[in-house]
Amino acid sequence: MNISEIKTVEHDVIVLGAGGAGLRAAIECSMEGLSTGLVCKSLLGKAHTVMAEGGVAASLANVDTRDHWKVHFRDTMRGGKFLNNWRMAELHAREAPARVRELEEWGAVFDRTKSGLINQRNFGGHRYPRLAHVGDRTGLEIIRTLQDHGIHQGIDIYMECTGLDLIKDGDRISGMVGMWRDNGEFIIFKCRAVILATGGGGKAWKITSNSWEYTGDGYGMAYEAGAELMDMEFTQFHPTGMVWPPSVRGTLVTEGVRGEGGILTNSENKRFMYDNIPGRFAAETADSEEEANRWLAGDKDARRPPELLTRDVVARAIRKEVKAGRGSPHGGAYLDIASRRNAEDIKRKLPSMYHQFKVLAELDITNEPMEVGPTLHYFMGGVKVDANTQMTRVPGLFACGECAAGVHGANRLGGNSLSDLLVCGKLAGSGVVNYIKSINNNLNLNNVAIQKIIRSATDILNREKGENPYLIHEDLQELMQNNVGIVRTDELLSEGLDGLSNLWKKFNNVKADGASQFNPGWHQAISLRNLLVTAESVARAAKMREESRGAHTRVDFEGERDEWLQYNVVISKSNEGTMIADKVMRDEPDPELKRIAELSIEELENEVLLEKGQ
Amino acid sequence: MGLRKFKLFRGDSREGTMKDFKVEVDQGMVVLDVIHRIQSEQVGDLAVRWNCKAGKCGSCSVEINGKPKLACMTRMNEYSLEETISVRPIKTFPLIKDLVADVSWNYKQNKNIAPFTPDPDKKDNNGNYIMMQEDVDRVQEFRKCIECYLCQNVCHVLRDHDKKNEFVGPRFMIRLASLEMHPLDKADRIENIKNDYGSGMCNITRCCTDVCPEHIQITDNGIIPLKERVVDRYYDPIIWLWNKLFGKPK
Amino acid sequence: MDSNSLFNTQRSDRWWFEPLWTGVGFLCFVIYTTWAMLQGDYYWWSAGVEGFGGYLSPFYSPLIFINPIVNGAAPIDHSWFGSWPEWWPNLIPASPAILILAGPLSFRMTCYYYRKFYYRSYFMSPPGCSVKGIRNKKYKGETALLIFQNLHRFTLYIAIGIIFILSYDAILSFFQGGEFGVGLGSIILTINPILLIGYTFGCHVFRHLSGGHKDCFTCPNGKPTFRYQVWKGVSWLNGRHMMWAWISMIWVAFTDIYVRMVASGYWIDMNTWNN
Repeated sequence: MNISEIKTVEHDVIVLGAGGAGLRAAIECSMEGLSTGLVCKSLLGKAHTVMAEGGVAASLANVDTRDHWKVHFRDTMRGGKFLNNWRMAELHAREAPARVRELEEWGAVFDRTKSGLINQRNFGGHRYPRLAHVGDRTGLEIIRTLQDHGIHQGIDIYMECTGLDLIKDGDRISGMVGMWRDNGEFIIFKCRAVILATGGGGKAWKITSNSWEYTGDGYGMAYEAGAELMDMEFTQFHPTGMVWPPSVRGTLVTEGVRGEGGILTNSENKRFMYDNIPGRFAAETADSEEEANRWLAGDKDARRPPELLTRDVVARAIRKEVKAGRGSPHGGAYLDIASRRNAEDIKRKLPSMYHQFKVLAELDITNEPMEVGPTLHYFMGGVKVDANTQMTRVPGLFACGECAAGVHGANRLGGNSLSDLLVCGKLAGSGVVNYIKSINNNLNLNNVAIQKIIRSATDILNREKGENPYLIHEDLQELMQNNVGIVRTDELLSEGLDGLSNLWKKFNNVKADGASQFNPGWHQAISLRNLLVTAESVARAAKMREESRGAHTRVDFEGERDEWLQYNVVISKSNEGTMIADKVMRDEPDPELKRIAELSIEELENEVLLEKGQ
Repeated sequence: MGLRKFKLFRGDSREGTMKDFKVEVDQGMVVLDVIHRIQSEQVGDLAVRWNCKAGKCGSCSVEINGKPKLACMTRMNEYSLEETISVRPIKTFPLIKDLVADVSWNYKQNKNIAPFTPDPDKKDNNGNYIMMQEDVDRVQEFRKCIECYLCQNVCHVLRDHDKKNEFVGPRFMIRLASLEMHPLDKADRIENIKNDYGSGMCNITRCCTDVCPEHIQITDNGIIPLKERVVDRYYDPIIWLWNKLFGKPK
Repeated sequence: MDSNSLFNTQRSDRWWFEPLWTGVGFLCFVIYTTWAMLQGDYYWWSAGVEGFGGYLSPFYSPLIFINPIVNGAAPIDHSWFGSWPEWWPNLIPASPAILILAGPLSFRMTCYYYRKFYYRSYFMSPPGCSVKGIRNKKYKGETALLIFQNLHRFTLYIAIGIIFILSYDAILSFFQGGEFGVGLGSIILTINPILLIGYTFGCHVFRHLSGGHKDCFTCPNGKPTFRYQVWKGVSWLNGRHMMWAWISMIWVAFTDIYVRMVASGYWIDMNTWNN
């Protein structure tokens, strides 16, 4: 392979991934005058952000005037079981309202309150109605707004182009090798910084709400380039995925259904969430159906129904019901909105849910309850980055959005993902701008590294024979579902790691049929490396963390352990090329932040009230 | 549910044919599931575009038995057991391979449209834009668009007459409508709608509306109101005379 | 088959059904209307009673000129301008419908719904969705020859005027020789303008003029304006424009048939005047 024949383009910064985080980061870079390339695997505007339904969390205080960034921050920390990066959670809560208003400036059209402000809805774990939304297609609104704004900012967009691996000059990032999906040709990006905004790696599981794109590309590339992955054991299982028919198993059912009053029942028609309220939330959760009904009717003194507890709690509760034989016919729980709201309201507030069930399950949600069960949805963990700049320990390598770790700790609240990607996307952009100002030496591309990256891709096509990439992927999904699922034990995880090392061996001999032109088998095979890095890092981190916290549940170590609150599990690549997991001591929190997070809700409300009064 | 007969287009811009497949279909499957099964079991390099598999991203646009549809939202039980189901790529745009077409033309159209330009005077004292739900309902309908480009594919102006230089197509007519009817937007695109984006090229035969998976009333709520706004500006002598006599309303 | 030839499609459903029935249906209407228009007779019935009131076919309304000697003609004092003028060329039948039908016809021919179906059914442009239409490299849409379609709003003004006239005719139908009563014909003649109201005020142009041209429905004080309420109502009708178009069109023809049959004595009108 003669590298001079491969097209090389030069930019200041390459943003990999064009979901909300990538687009927001690219807009920031471009607005600051950087030459920006945006590289995405799919067409522009198709990234997973379009699947986000419920809304974007921001303490605009349009619906409940008591809301304040401090309350949002407290909710986020409590939802994350205090494992969140304090500074990140603070920045996230502080800046979210400005990021949402900015979207409106760029053309987003959110649902309105009676007085013409952005409307906000209730969601699990959020004290007040906080989610700015557009029916149940908020993600689409956000990605389209950023897309339509971004295309006028002078960003060069490389659609249907896969990022293969990063190139370094010494320690620093100096470029990336990509591959056009349509014709299979390679492209070299010469740049001074790369922002990874590739989302998570849910495609390593069988039941997932994630699409084919979610192969952990950012994790794999960052890991290979020497960056660290953190909190990988915290994989969020969204409590409500579709369970029937089999072909759509895992497809997301928005938390907005519960936000609008939907209830969860078991086969005995019992609202089982009342039996699953953790002590930490008992004081803020309704303990009777009567109180929950008053809350739904708008009584501000009533406490929220237990269906709106955090996702980890609800997912485990559903699993428990199914295990105890009280599940629905296809192994889920019933989610009922039909008996709570009239058909007109349901269709107006949850149009795409109505449509999704009507077409895919032939079920009318205004009439019948849905069947739902947990589905792998989100990675709280990811690439370890600095809270203020989003930069990894590799100079010039940044990450934001789901791809990065820190904001959400052990469990993410619904709606905090869209706000995260806006806030951290912008932070990453600013981080790059400052970083690039600080370097002036010219960076070089390392031809040997480029050769190696390209060869590992072409070998997959050129092998005489080898393993079928689709089958390796299926085996991986089966393995992760069974061994690194919603509940974990040391035994299961060890077994999982053994299975993974087998799959690594198969991967080293993977073979895709056909030519290089738009070849999904080849694309699948290439993405397996990243999927395996993702899977192994989750399994290793999960094995190391000997407690149950948030989304990480160890049956052999039940309950939260105070000792483990002091550590993050950090994954990195050793000099020998093996994956290592470390217990890394967390930084001391800022005392003021700690104080806010530990206040009771009444104390905090009083404090906010005083502050707003001034 | 047994073996079903499929025909899929295989080939690229140089050559291609319909290839027969027999495949086991399970209950509840959609056409995209079957394509994936064929891909993983029979032809690993079969090209098909897809993402969300829930009708929200608009990636898997194809022509199923000649009808432009999303493969992920077309259930197998829409067809009889004996029927052979044929799947082809969307026809209006250049073929890349198998079921995948090059839709980049659409992205170029969007770039030519003047972006949203808010009127800063419409902010309240707290810096919030004030818009009522009644005012945004219309715009929100257009913003449901998932950019599947099925409307672009079926529009005969683009499909049969290939007037891609004279008409932006239904997708971008509703993009324009969403901007023109936006209560905060102050840019004026009427002249471009007539002269550059080609509102007059549409003869409102409504195939775009028929195929829209989001059920957006593209013609009635988007294109026709824009045509009427063009008439206000260019074809109505009474309004012209009125403006001459009394000046243009603000 | 050449993929560029007319009707080429991969569709396996009966895509041709809709353009066929709408095309044939409208053709039937046109044939009947032309025939009825050329007749110039049997358009009025008041059981021979003179004076105010009687049934008037909508095709012949308003009565601009009257030729009182033909069968089933209205009395001369109902005419706006008296009897048929001397200068009328012999080649053209002396039928008032010829002058009148141009108005409603121009409204319907430029209607956004009719355009859809006749472009599909008669001009094959296109005959169906994803069905190959007539090849036309010079396709210009409505920018060249068809640019007159932009004048639809002026035909709307005519159509609104005709509704007033037909409403007046509906009132006439409740009086026979000045005596109040109700006949089956009165009911038919009353339904006629009601259906036309449903069609005319659900028109896309009326929707635009009544409110659609505004970007803000709640300005200046944040409350939905009266205009908004009107626009909502018009939008409701507009969503069913096709239905209104067809039933109002069929009803107009039926009203003419009814008056014609009663006037020529084939049908007996049931009514309260005992005739």
